[in-house]
Amino acid sequence: MDLPHGALVNYIFPNNEIVWWSILIVIYPYITGLIAGAFVVSGFSHIFKIKEFKPIANFALIAAFSFGLFAAVPLLFHLGQPQRAFEIYFTPHLTSAMSIFGYIYSSYLILLMLEIWLIYRPYFIQQANSTTGLQRSIWYILTLGVTTYHQDSAKIDQKLILFLAGIGIPWAFVLHGYVGFVFGSVKAIAWWASPLQPVVFLLSAIVSGMAMLMVMYTFVKWRSNAPYDYPMIKKFIAFLWGIFILAFVLEILEVLFARYESGHHWEIIEPLLNGPLFGSYVITQVLVLSVIPVILLGYVTLSNSKDKNMLYLANLGSFMLVLQVLFMRFNVVVGGQLISKSERGFVDYHWEIFGGEGVLVSATILAAPFVTFYLISRFIPIFENSVQR
Amino acid sequence: MKKIAADFDELDSVSRRKFLQYAMSGAATILMVQMSGAAATQGRGKGWKQMSTKHQYAYVIDINKCIGWGGCVRACGQENDVPEGVFRTWVERYVLTEDGVYVDSPKGGSEGFEPVSAEIQKKAKRSFFVPKMCNHCENPPCVQVCPVGATYKSPEGFVLVDHDYCLGCAYCVQACPYGARFINTEKHVSDKCTWCYHRVKKGKQPACVEACPTGARIFGDLMDPESDVSLIFNDSQWMVLKPDMYTSPMCFYVELPREVV
Repeated sequence: MDLPHGALVNYIFPNNEIVWWSILIVIYPYITGLIAGAFVVSGFSHIFKIKEFKPIANFALIAAFSFGLFAAVPLLFHLGQPQRAFEIYFTPHLTSAMSIFGYIYSSYLILLMLEIWLIYRPYFIQQANSTTGLQRSIWYILTLGVTTYHQDSAKIDQKLILFLAGIGIPWAFVLHGYVGFVFGSVKAIAWWASPLQPVVFLLSAIVSGMAMLMVMYTFVKWRSNAPYDYPMIKKFIAFLWGIFILAFVLEILEVLFARYESGHHWEIIEPLLNGPLFGSYVITQVLVLSVIPVILLGYVTLSNSKDKNMLYLANLGSFMLVLQVLFMRFNVVVGGQLISKSERGFVDYHWEIFGGEGVLVSATILAAPFVTFYLISRFIPIFENSVQR
Repeated sequence: MKKIAADFDELDSVSRRKFLQYAMSGAATILMVQMSGAAATQGRGKGWKQMSTKHQYAYVIDINKCIGWGGCVRACGQENDVPEGVFRTWVERYVLTEDGVYVDSPKGGSEGFEPVSAEIQKKAKRSFFVPKMCNHCENPPCVQVCPVGATYKSPEGFVLVDHDYCLGCAYCVQACPYGARFINTEKHVSDKCTWCYHRVKKGKQPACVEACPTGARIFGDLMDPESDVSLIFNDSQWMVLKPDMYTSPMCFYVELPREVV
């Protein structure tokens, strides 16, 4: 393996032997990205009035909310002193890029809850008025005590929903661009330090959220034997394809720029990409999980097919993008720490399975939003045409 | 060895009421300073920025004097209860050869160094030892990134961690370009060299300085013109680690070869 700075042996600083940010910190920006991506889909319908997306706008919002509930959980599990986590709210140190995460994240979650509540208010009222006993009590609580719904209420609600969706999009962008900033502003780690990082994180967030929605949509429709909305899928994939091309171009541009510049950055990054990250970045993330989806989704977008084959290709491409972004998060978060700050050696990353920061805990946290989504969907209709105003 | 006349009374005597008054009246100013902080704290005119305190401490490492004995690493470990496998200070061995640079630091150099292989020895042009530690930077990125302000810089120049406040998020560990920080595996908080603040406050030298048999490690007050660090600082050629990081370290190396990262 080529080592940087003319090193004869792999030398890493003694304190760099441990990868302090591991899988939990990989899934933290991953889940955060899913929220932003899913929310954007609902925004396409609410704000940009793309009619094909109207039937899945609520579905996207519920998915965003389910992810949102768990976005901070990996961070909490990662903290050495999780009981002090609330200090970030009470005594934020404003020079830190991480310090306002609590505020941005919480306000976004509140916004999501408000928007969902306004959208489902007529349904809650209808349920509260048509059920009895304990069920009624629960629905009644969800109505916040207002069990009548008028034409005027609907008008006001619609305006509020539009307003929340309007500020929700930039807020979702802030949330995820900000996560990219947390990494991009660390000058000590060459693989992270880039002003493009927030933009790359944001675009890949939208990609992951959209791709995950497509897979979830198909799964839900398949499980419930419901018909697929092919025109919507077609339009959805066209958007996903375009946004992914943009994300992929920026990801590659970042590396190409460093390569062309051939400065200090490249001296560190080149052996990293040729060494520890060759398999997971060059082969998996770029060649397999980026190039193939670009071709697949491009075919779906440009061809005239609107049948099951198109659905399969759309889902294969989407699923690969779900993985692409997961690999991207891994390659950034863990990859950046694989080059020691000694600049003369690479750190070995050991996969932990059962530990507090292991694969099992991470997989459980990653699964939690899907379980939540399933539970919510058992009680409220998740597709637009089933909520009557 | 010169005793340090430590007097941190100024810092300790600020009453809570006074502190709150300062905090309230200065909040706007602090915000403005923070906005333009990075640029303001990078003043490198004479190598360090004079603060309005009685003391301004610095650490000097003379590469020519270090023999790689490792007593400093052991003394630090004992003095500060440093868990196994992580280091508040460590010693690196550099062997410059015609083919490249050989560097190692087995167990942080705490047990000294075995001779290098015959192959490396044959090619060796020059070898030396480099003690490393927290640089107590004037513009510390670790302090900048701490989300709750648990790590901070004292007016006298010590970069410290409040273990009762630290979340253990490790953002500071990532931000330190020198690998000086780690998560204390027993306390689950961020940890690093404090220049033995607890000792200096009592007028003693840091444990590593006291343990060094050759005087390769020197600690003192830049505000005292007669201190060893002041004399070296004014007379010798010194260098800091990773100057392109613009952290303005307060650990200065004498005769530091350019191969050292």
